[in-house]
Amino acid sequence: GCFVFKPSTKKRRLSDKPAHDFRSTSHDSEDTELRFVTCQSLWNQVKSETEQIQEDLNKQLLDNLVSFLSRSYSDFQEKTTQWTCKMKFREIPTAALVLGVNVTDHDLTFRGLSDVLQDNITPYIALLEAKDCPGIKNLMQKLMGQLMKCDIEVDSLEDEDCVQVSQNKIRCSMPSLISWYESVTKKTDAETPSKKRNSSSRHWQSPPVVVMFKDMESFTPRVLQDFIVISSQHIHELPLVLIFGIATSPMIIHRLLPHSVSSLLCIELFQSLSCKEHLSNIIDKLLLTPQFPFKLGEKVLQVLINIFLYHDFSVQNFIKGFQLCIVEHFYSQPLSVLCCHLEDIKKRVYSLSHDQCENIRRLPSFRRYVEKQESGKQIELLTNDSFLKEETEKLLEDLHDYHKNYVSVLRCLHVFTSSLPKYPLGKQIRELHCACLENQVWETEEYESSLQLARMLNKTDLVTMLQQCVEILMSSSGKEFDKTVEKLKKFLTQFQNLEEASQERDVSVSSQKELQKKTDLYHLQKTLLELKESRRSKKLTKFEMLRFEVVDYIDRLVRKYLVPADNRTLHEIVYFNAAAVLRGHLNAAPRTALHTALNNPHWYLKNQALKCDGGGISNKAPDICIVYKLHLECGRLINLVDWLEAFSTVVMAAEEPNADAASSDQVDDIIHARFIRAVSELELLGFIKPSKQKTDHVARLTWGGC
Amino acid sequence: MPNLEHPAYPAADLLHLESLVPCRESQVSTLLSIFGERQQFSFPSIFIYGHTSSGKTYVMQTLLTTLQLPHVFVNCVEYFTSRLLLEEILIQLQSCSSGTEQTSPVHCDTLNDFVRLFKQALAIQELQDQTLYIVLDRAEQLREMEANILPAFLRLQELTDRNVTVVLLSEIVWELFRPNIGCFEPFTMYFPDYSIGHLQKILSQNHPPEYSADFYSAYINILLGVFYMVCRDLKELRHLAALNFAKYCEPVVRGEANERDTRKLWKNIEPHLKKAMQTVYLREISSSQWERLQHDDGDPGQLKGLSAHTHVELPYYSKFLLIAAYLASYNPVRTDKRFFLKHHGKIRKTNFMKKHEKTSNHLLGPKPFPLDRLLAILYSIVDNRVAPTANIFSQITSLVTLQLLSMVGQNDQLDGPRYKCTVSLDFIRAIAR
Repeated sequence: GCFVFKPSTKKRRLSDKPAHDFRSTSHDSEDTELRFVTCQSLWNQVKSETEQIQEDLNKQLLDNLVSFLSRSYSDFQEKTTQWTCKMKFREIPTAALVLGVNVTDHDLTFRGLSDVLQDNITPYIALLEAKDCPGIKNLMQKLMGQLMKCDIEVDSLEDEDCVQVSQNKIRCSMPSLISWYESVTKKTDAETPSKKRNSSSRHWQSPPVVVMFKDMESFTPRVLQDFIVISSQHIHELPLVLIFGIATSPMIIHRLLPHSVSSLLCIELFQSLSCKEHLSNIIDKLLLTPQFPFKLGEKVLQVLINIFLYHDFSVQNFIKGFQLCIVEHFYSQPLSVLCCHLEDIKKRVYSLSHDQCENIRRLPSFRRYVEKQESGKQIELLTNDSFLKEETEKLLEDLHDYHKNYVSVLRCLHVFTSSLPKYPLGKQIRELHCACLENQVWETEEYESSLQLARMLNKTDLVTMLQQCVEILMSSSGKEFDKTVEKLKKFLTQFQNLEEASQERDVSVSSQKELQKKTDLYHLQKTLLELKESRRSKKLTKFEMLRFEVVDYIDRLVRKYLVPADNRTLHEIVYFNAAAVLRGHLNAAPRTALHTALNNPHWYLKNQALKCDGGGISNKAPDICIVYKLHLECGRLINLVDWLEAFSTVVMAAEEPNADAASSDQVDDIIHARFIRAVSELELLGFIKPSKQKTDHVARLTWGGC
Repeated sequence: MPNLEHPAYPAADLLHLESLVPCRESQVSTLLSIFGERQQFSFPSIFIYGHTSSGKTYVMQTLLTTLQLPHVFVNCVEYFTSRLLLEEILIQLQSCSSGTEQTSPVHCDTLNDFVRLFKQALAIQELQDQTLYIVLDRAEQLREMEANILPAFLRLQELTDRNVTVVLLSEIVWELFRPNIGCFEPFTMYFPDYSIGHLQKILSQNHPPEYSADFYSAYINILLGVFYMVCRDLKELRHLAALNFAKYCEPVVRGEANERDTRKLWKNIEPHLKKAMQTVYLREISSSQWERLQHDDGDPGQLKGLSAHTHVELPYYSKFLLIAAYLASYNPVRTDKRFFLKHHGKIRKTNFMKKHEKTSNHLLGPKPFPLDRLLAILYSIVDNRVAPTANIFSQITSLVTLQLLSMVGQNDQLDGPRYKCTVSLDFIRAIAR
């Protein structure tokens, strides 16, 4: 099926009746207004969180860039009479910024970059895009327009003439740019001392002009070359700095620019964080945290991750998808009003209406829960609203606790699985998370094998892992883990004692030593085989006993805390699980949708009359559907006359099957017109095109047209 | 060596000029004899060509400024449209002799206007009795402007009826300029490349003040020994010389060798220069990075050059799309059935043919293919089922914007778009891994 993106609430939020959208389809008793407000505040939290993450991740890159710019600038400022400086060729400082293949995400980075530059280095920044610059002339126009506009913004009060100048009349050439630059810098110099101090604290006296090429790959080489040649001639008068935004690899510079041009540049490379790491960060901060009450179900998360990994590598899209999940969840699930922070739950639960209570009773997980209770309690739950509310509150609190524990234990488990050879449960924590959400992880084969491998870990690894686990559990807010931490600490001391003991008693079993030393899979397996043989005869050493104990303990933790969310009562309230809806929204299939619409109009039109069985062509279908179905039977070239005849046969079939047999070879004008309209509609949709080979034929453009 | 002699100019000026243009004396004297005396009409147009950095621009500029001849110097790359070019000439003309900065905005759209305004400008000023020189640098750009620009500049003297000479500077020969409708033939002049001796002489000329000329000249000798094979560009050589001189002086500064110890110095600098040839010269690392490395005595190996980062991370399906595109570009259509179908029938034994095809296909370069074929190959090389979602189609477009694929033909999107794969086999191998 095909789904169209609804204009999300984002736009409508601006309207004065915010909850109108949610209310329109559901009863007012379902707390639509409250749901809307919750949704909004949750999204705002998520948004600020993601922006924060983004900022942190880009910080390193931006700092490097800023220091590069200030360095190149200070080089420029050194008006030394030094011999080397005189002899050296003045190159244009250039930063090559490798940002990864998703070009749409670059917007944000560039915006952040220009903000930072504006604050720290220079007000003169221009951002050029390839689509605006098909020729050098357009490039210069765009560049000057942007630069002079930012000048107006900086000192917005004066200068009517400046506004006039920035109009299209200006001569788009380097000298006019230089004279503009001179006038601007002179003006800031001439300002009153107080003002000057103010401005010089932010920018230097003659700040560099930064020109950013947003999508280096798409620029025509010629334009870039010309621009670089021109600007390198004026570098002494106009301190220019270039920034190339590169999506693929820095090799593209050599491909676009010949040596004679690239020798005019002083290129330094800056690499941004890979988008996969970025995603891991986002997932870590958004999903694997008890901070947000809203959770994604396994299928939904899988859809989002798959779109990211298989299709676009776009973190922005991932966040947009997450937003869609939030909106969709609060929109479609009346009980999502309870999807809030722990503090608010009590109040909200007790203000639930009767309808909402019924909604709770209808939840599958709740029904399962009821069935497990004894009969007296069952009746209470199903009939008494206030008892239900009490119970609900308790269950929801349980759910919150479950999340907290889940995340901590998941991280502990990840500490173990991420260091195993071959990563049976995945390298990334998101894979582990998905596996745990999907079903009971301890029943899977991968889990079995990873336990097996964990039982072969050497001591130093095991100890560091245990220490990490202790740290994770300590940092989690739940008090539940006090005992666990104690237990783990006990293990640690036991390991230490073991060490001391083994130091006293000289090592008798050499194979044990070997096992501790070697970590790679091959040797592990080999020694394991040996061990297995020796185990029959020999008793386990103390270390091995302890190791088994540790692994068993971890296993017990997993079984206790990593229960899939589907098994929890009331999970529907906080988990969004409608993966099909999401997939329809985010991963649309236009070809399939078109085909369904034309082949099976009933699907969209919902008209019973159109329902046809098998491959037959109903004459009640819209003309275009009939024409489409007929054309499917043809080859690459379609004879229009044959097509028309087939069409008229189908259309006439129902009307009067045997009435005008006489005039059958004379096609009705109306039918003719209908046919022509349908064919031109198909042409508009891109299924056929007029063929030059034969005048009365059209060529198929799609599916099997060869 | 021919000494510059000309009755019209004072001998002191000529001597000064000669010192400024080493190894170009003969060209300068030819030019001077063509120019003649100040008030004499000169040849209407002169075309000077020669390889990159053979001193064309420099010689013209020093010649005109030292002898204080009235001139206009314009770079045609910078003034990329005829209007900009003509206006720039007029602006420079206004300011060059009048001295007062009264640059009223000039509007000059056509050559006709230009000739009129040019006459006006000359009439006002006291230039009537002197030859005016208009130098057009990078004149090959003129060919891309309107068709009448180049012939008109060649005949500017005749058109304006004023004492003016146009000098065209270019890196390509006159034969490539000549319009097929014919035009006035300029006086052509060739600037030969500097020989290694010339380079040595010119580079040694400006030695740093704190070291002796001999010491620097020995350094230049070593530098040329390394770089002369790959680079004869004077500017570039001078840049490299300046970059690496500090390293050369190092033993002297530390007192380990004196200035005469050429062998020791050579041993010190030679590997360094070779490294520079592989890195800085190719702009793999920037010169400022190189200097910093030198300063910190770091190893250039730790700093990766631009070409080291060849790896491109692509989404899963983009990789497959790219591989499919590569297959479609380099395999002929008729082999598709054999390669991508499970039951493809019998294979005829045409081993020789196949081999022949394989070699030639890579030499011939990528061939265009329609979208449907790309998708068909994609479906057959991906293991699981691929739904033709909007995301797949948008990935094709984004591959095009990344210049990994290129669209062939500018026709309508609906009209069966055709693509070409533009990446190399190595790239595909890296991706397929």
